[in-house]
Amino acid sequence: MFKPTLKVALLASSMLVLVACGEEKKEEQASSAASNTTSTTATSEAAPATSTNQTASVTPAPATGGLTVVSWGGAYQEAQRKTIFEPYNAKTGNVIKEEEYNGEVAKIKAMVESGTVSWDVISVDTATALQGCDDGVLETLDYSKILDKAKVLPGAALDCAIGSDVYATVFAYDTAKLPNGPASIKDLFDLEKFPGKRALQKNPFVNLEWSLIADGVDPAQVYDVLGTPEGVDRAFKKLDTIKSQVVWWEAGAQPPQLLADGEVVMTSAWNGRIANAIKEGKTFKIVWDGQAPDLDMWAIPKGTPNLEKSYEYLAFASSAEVQSALAPYIPYGPTNLDAVALVDAELAKSLPTHPDNLKAAIPLNPQFWGDNGEELRARFNTWLAQ
Amino acid sequence: MSVSAISDDRSTLKSRLRRAERVQRLRAIGLVLPLFLFILIVFVTPIIILMTRAVDNPEIADSLPLTSAALANWDRTDIPGEDVFAAFAVDLVAAQKNKATGLIGKRLNYEMPGTRSKVLQAGRAAEKLTAAPYKEAFLKIDPLWGEIETWKVLERASHRNTSFYLLKAVDLQCSADDEIVNVAPDQALFRDVFIRTLGISTLVTVATLLLGFPLAYMLATLPPKHSNILMILVLLPFWTSLLVRTTAWVVLLQTEGPINDLLLFLGLTDERLQLIFSRFGTVVAMTHIQLPFTLLPIYSVMRTISPNYVRAARSLGAGPFHAFWTIYFPQTMPGIAAGCLLTFILSLGYYITPALVGGPTDQMISYFVALYTNKELNWGQASALGTILLMATLVLYAVYNRLVGIDKMKLG
Amino acid sequence: MGTTNDPFVTFSDVQKTYDGETLVVKNLNLRIEQGEFLTLLGPSGSGKTTTLMMLAGFEVPTHGRIEMGGVEINNVAPHKRNIGMVFQNYALFPHMTVEENLAFPLQVRKVAKDEIAKKVQRALDMVQMPQMSKRRPAQLSGGQQQRVALARALVFDPKLVLMDEPLGALDKQLREHMQIEIKHIHERLGVTVVYVTHDQSEALTMSDRVAVFNDGIIQQLAKPSDLYERPENSFVAQFIGENNRLSGKVASVNGKSCGVEIPNFGLVSAIPVSVQSVGSPTTLSLRPERVRINPESGAYANQFDAEVQELIYLGDHTRCRVSVLGNSNFIIKVANAEGVPSLTPGQMVRVGWKPEDCRALDAY
Repeated sequence: MFKPTLKVALLASSMLVLVACGEEKKEEQASSAASNTTSTTATSEAAPATSTNQTASVTPAPATGGLTVVSWGGAYQEAQRKTIFEPYNAKTGNVIKEEEYNGEVAKIKAMVESGTVSWDVISVDTATALQGCDDGVLETLDYSKILDKAKVLPGAALDCAIGSDVYATVFAYDTAKLPNGPASIKDLFDLEKFPGKRALQKNPFVNLEWSLIADGVDPAQVYDVLGTPEGVDRAFKKLDTIKSQVVWWEAGAQPPQLLADGEVVMTSAWNGRIANAIKEGKTFKIVWDGQAPDLDMWAIPKGTPNLEKSYEYLAFASSAEVQSALAPYIPYGPTNLDAVALVDAELAKSLPTHPDNLKAAIPLNPQFWGDNGEELRARFNTWLAQ
Repeated sequence: MSVSAISDDRSTLKSRLRRAERVQRLRAIGLVLPLFLFILIVFVTPIIILMTRAVDNPEIADSLPLTSAALANWDRTDIPGEDVFAAFAVDLVAAQKNKATGLIGKRLNYEMPGTRSKVLQAGRAAEKLTAAPYKEAFLKIDPLWGEIETWKVLERASHRNTSFYLLKAVDLQCSADDEIVNVAPDQALFRDVFIRTLGISTLVTVATLLLGFPLAYMLATLPPKHSNILMILVLLPFWTSLLVRTTAWVVLLQTEGPINDLLLFLGLTDERLQLIFSRFGTVVAMTHIQLPFTLLPIYSVMRTISPNYVRAARSLGAGPFHAFWTIYFPQTMPGIAAGCLLTFILSLGYYITPALVGGPTDQMISYFVALYTNKELNWGQASALGTILLMATLVLYAVYNRLVGIDKMKLG
Repeated sequence: MGTTNDPFVTFSDVQKTYDGETLVVKNLNLRIEQGEFLTLLGPSGSGKTTTLMMLAGFEVPTHGRIEMGGVEINNVAPHKRNIGMVFQNYALFPHMTVEENLAFPLQVRKVAKDEIAKKVQRALDMVQMPQMSKRRPAQLSGGQQQRVALARALVFDPKLVLMDEPLGALDKQLREHMQIEIKHIHERLGVTVVYVTHDQSEALTMSDRVAVFNDGIIQQLAKPSDLYERPENSFVAQFIGENNRLSGKVASVNGKSCGVEIPNFGLVSAIPVSVQSVGSPTTLSLRPERVRINPESGAYANQFDAEVQELIYLGDHTRCRVSVLGNSNFIIKVANAEGVPSLTPGQMVRVGWKPEDCRALDAY
């Protein structure tokens, strides 16, 4: 049964292709003939679209009462609830309606495009923040309504999003199983010294940087190298060496689980998740070598009816007191520079932003991923499935 | 009675019949109409939208309207002239204002990787351009704008319909010379994935048939007391959610999981096998989930086959195997055909099971549809993949119909 | 093969149970002669079909021995017994044409192709369906399917043919026609037929001998006329044909005749068939057509007063229900011939019968 179906499938797809390209050739001729009409309609279509966008942002916010804040769920949102949402409710008398998502940008895009924005403030990663800004999905922030930009960690105040905390992608292992565990990124890629499966995030971010570091590139130069086609090839080539031994994770809760189950000998993870597991009694250890700090950010979808309240919330959430309160719940660093001093010194050692932990860190470079993320992700996904 | 009276009678009889039937017909239409509309609205319309999305190409035409118009008169032999660049500058300024440069960059990036940042850069720079010559100015901004290929891609992308996504969905692309060529090997993916999707579906179908046929036979021939218990065992997993069953397989197949424990305990292996995140695990989990779909149609057909057929064959001199193979088995064909078709077509669309139990090289086409829809926001590509899958399914269905005859199938 | 003196098939002390608790067939002893048409007759659940299935090889006897042609066949697989079988609902293979159905047993036996064609044609001619060879069973009428099934069971020239209620699905007229046809084919081919039915008129019409089954036991094995005229127990008397029953006590036994006391009503003379001793209960069996209304006085030893209850006119005869000797369901068949008295319900009449038509059987 397999053979004929295969042939048929190939036949069908090739037929489709022929039809498709044939159409295009015709299209070319037809459109050149009718080009003028097309372009005028296009302009006249574009114009009202713009004006609706403007009206949406100009219209005063209807008093809907609640403010909908969307975050990533789990221990992280729990910490935000304790340190931001509840104090905010208490202070302003507003009621925050919480929702959870898994970073599906498609949802935000669909809302903005259809003009039915029901999310007011969303927690996004940097790549989404930059891309959403370029795509016109996110509101351009007016920092005068939030705080002085100078007080924000460099790189954390973007056009359309403001950093809420600094987390890091690190790697970790179980000391109960590996008493003399790995200490560097090179060890992560060393299948002879540390045989067995390792788990990595199903995302080129961090993995490509680590590949280059393991291949001898200095962490500070990693983006210079990765910015060249040869550098990308080099990274994938290095990643090839461990591909057969990698288990890929997608949700933040997976790495500690995989490690606890003994499914892998080491795993990349967000430092907070591992710290939480340690707090629960696991014998995990974080390796800070080559840690990749990144920002969680707050952004406002374009066209929210609660724009003013959203700004009010951002100002509250970005204040030094609020920011410094997060670390005891989950070891993520503040982005407000004033807040750094407010964090307990002992606690600060477990934050990605602590100088000791930053020694061999990959520099924060969201712009690189904003510019190159799309094609690197495409290549990464192709590489994965090949 | 006179002749005319008879014909009068006939005509009134006819009209009475028509009137009587009209009421019935209206009632029948009234009953069917809601379902018809429902199917039209929630099934047919989305598929049509999906298929149009696969060729829909509004980004450039909407965001660079003047450039698109200017490029329509371009002869595609040399770098376009000043008029195109001037239009480009005006368009870019407008796009920058509308935050549309990201969209343009994203669209061009599909066909020319690495151009996204250059479009953004050009967009920022265009605001400062005030006077001609624009061509020189753009060439200064980036040599990209002095390459004919850039403009060919831009021209191709400026049409409102494109075959780009459909071609990409089968690892093809239009080259600079407007010829259809294979994409670079490091980007070639979907042909493999389609073949993989068909392969896994076939494997699962065959596996469910091999497991389901004897089981269906047992169910159909055992006395009801035993067959009812067995039936519940078959149906129980059927009633639990797909996700639960898949997660159960994750637990079972884990390297530290019970199956590996058992294999080690029995001494069948020396070290723990990689069962999860593998093709094996994917096929096993999918087979388990699909088993009832194959089994139930076969079972329902078997129930209708009187044991007397095999007895008759035996009494006529056929041995047990011969009687089974020539008499019983052919009569189960309608059930086998229906069950296998059901499983095969359902398997083609599997997403969550390969995603949880399979490794990266076990992902089927739906995974990429989801990836492009949710993560990459490339709905054109997602639609194109969906369209190709739909077409392939329809073609397979037609072939199947020719080979087996759908009218002969019994679904239960 | 056995000679005419040796039975062709023998069941010796055969028992069958499915669940290990109740016996469906209790101690069956049966000899089937070469070339005879034997019918197993009985109500459903009486063990007749089980007996047939044991003979065909689809059921294994729990105890006892089945022999065919002098050889024990208890453990011979069905396909090696060379027995033709016609099933209830025919069991024609629906995915094959008539021709293929008929060729099946021959192909299995690896008969040469031209030989198969010849035999198939001959079999179709025999059942008068020469034109239907390319049709599928679903395209045939019930009667036609029946004929094909018959042809298929005979096409490979088996010595023994089993038929399991083959005519049950046909309408009355066709059934009667087929009964005669099967009978003729049997006579022409000389094949041994074991036929299962619950229809007593079918059994009487077709059979050389009939075995009446009830409760896993053969109640009587006899020629049809003996079965009707001389039933040996009340079950057979009741099951075969119409029967009037009178319950009483044996008052006297005297060789070939006996007196039976019907309590409160009187004494009836009868022939003792299965009465034990004076004083034991008994059931009298009397065929409706053997009773006369208003006989000449003294013509019959048994004469009683009766009241006409109901009259049903049936063309050639009238069924007359009377109440006599305490039995109000006593049927008398009155031939509609000359000299028959006209009757009306409520009328008092005298009824009479000969002692030799009245059989004293076991108490039912």
